Amino acid sequence: MAGHDVVTEAGQVRRYIGLTGQHAALDESLTGRANLVMVGQLCRLSKREARKRAGELLEQFDLAGAADRGVKTYSGGMRRRLDLATSLVARPSILFLDEPTTGLDLPSRMVTWDAVRVLAATGTAVLLTTQQLDEADQLADRIAVVDRGRVIAEGTSAQLKTKVGGERVQLTVAPESDLTAARAVLERHTDGLPQVDPAERTVEAPVVNGARRMPDIVRDLDAAGVLLDDLGIRRPSLDDVFLTLTGHAAQSEPPGHAPGRPAGQPKELV
Amino acid sequence: MTAASLPVTSPAGEPILTRAGWAVKNTWVLCRRSIARIAREPEQLSDVTIQPVIFVLLFTYVFGSAIHLPGGGSYHQYLISGMFGMAMAGTAPGTAVGLTADMSTGLIDRFRSLPIARSAVLAGRTLADLATQLLGIVVLTGTGLAVGWRIHNGIGDALAALALSLLFAFAMTWAGACAGMLLRSPESAQALGFVVFLPLSFVSNAFVPTQGMPGWLRDFANWNPISALAAACRRLFGGSPAINIHAWPMQHPELAVLAWSAALIAVFAPTAVYLYRRKVLR
Repeated sequence: MAGHDVVTEAGQVRRYIGLTGQHAALDESLTGRANLVMVGQLCRLSKREARKRAGELLEQFDLAGAADRGVKTYSGGMRRRLDLATSLVARPSILFLDEPTTGLDLPSRMVTWDAVRVLAATGTAVLLTTQQLDEADQLADRIAVVDRGRVIAEGTSAQLKTKVGGERVQLTVAPESDLTAARAVLERHTDGLPQVDPAERTVEAPVVNGARRMPDIVRDLDAAGVLLDDLGIRRPSLDDVFLTLTGHAAQSEPPGHAPGRPAGQPKELV
Repeated sequence: MTAASLPVTSPAGEPILTRAGWAVKNTWVLCRRSIARIAREPEQLSDVTIQPVIFVLLFTYVFGSAIHLPGGGSYHQYLISGMFGMAMAGTAPGTAVGLTADMSTGLIDRFRSLPIARSAVLAGRTLADLATQLLGIVVLTGTGLAVGWRIHNGIGDALAALALSLLFAFAMTWAGACAGMLLRSPESAQALGFVVFLPLSFVSNAFVPTQGMPGWLRDFANWNPISALAAACRRLFGGSPAINIHAWPMQHPELAVLAWSAALIAVFAPTAVYLYRRKVLR
């Protein structure tokens, strides 16, 4: 890693990595600034540089106002942001993030995502694990899907999505209309067997070039007298990828197994 | 690992120090952090500030009135040296609680990911606890003087007693560091303090002379390192009639404190660092 052996040169490797775990690893009784300065000094910055770096990071992570308050008084989102800032003090070339946004409110998640994007764009390799497949989709250049401790698929988001097929047309049929009629229309205009969910009153089918075929579908549905509540083209999400690949929903901790979760990786590791 | 003579350039243009130099600096930063914590949460100090005062008052005015010293002499003169023994041993549970607290908040995990000397986390903590104990000594001395305890011998002897006390406290912090590495929560560290440290303090000559104890317990008490420190302080502060006990540590209490401290450090310091490393590798 970073040109060093992780076993024999662990000390060197530590100089190039940053780590943020699932739980904020901070000194609760110190201020946010003091936490950052301490880590800076431990990372061999001079006191002056450590203070300067702390100031920059507090600004970047929107914590300047709370910088001199005890971490104890921080909200969950602020803690996580400070925790992420802490792992960036030494400007690591490789950053490990273990579910950095789990349980975060939206503004904190946005700040975190922005930070990850900026880091990845400026040459930091970020290895991020997440349960939220949408997060991997948004952030990652390369994604490895891990199920029960094994990598079951790897590739870009687009590559993974092609594995489960392309677009799907999805209809939600109004209660007074006939599901079978809707199904028949979709069967004529799409490229696979439509699936009907009577409980949700939905019919969906795989389609190629869905946008171009939409007018025909709508015309025929109208002709057949089918009333719709909703109509759309759905592109597969990573959730679909995961479900297709594993045959089950993403689990946090299957008993007796390693956590099944996809890992995103915005940049190639060195 | 890079040799000390081959400093690596870092993007921040760090100052060039040898590995040992960095270990010392890391330790210092971590030690200051532990002390800064206390400044923000002074209630953490109750172990070394309030507790000794309560014990001195309790034993001077409540239990002491019923305790008869074989060689005569005043009980408070006897007690304060005993309190030195108990208080210095008390750094061990303090260290264990501090380390388990840092582990439970994940802070130790953070330190583990940083390029710092392996020993620095533990050394920073033990030195900070030693500094805390220095405050404890001031409180204890003040309380002692208030209840009538006096230093009868020269300043040299008094400083020797102080030095022995701090050495023993430092040795005990390493025992506490080991316990901290093995325990899971601050609560269990606190419980261990209660179950091990408190009985150990009482089965010594700290509060009562050992002569009245049953034979097997008396032997244990006479060889208890807390007894050695208490006896050494009694000799060095003066004013307590000599109590002649045949056991070697009671004949040579100063030497016994030195030997105990050296032995405790030799066993517990490397063990604590080993346990910390093992946690890191796990």
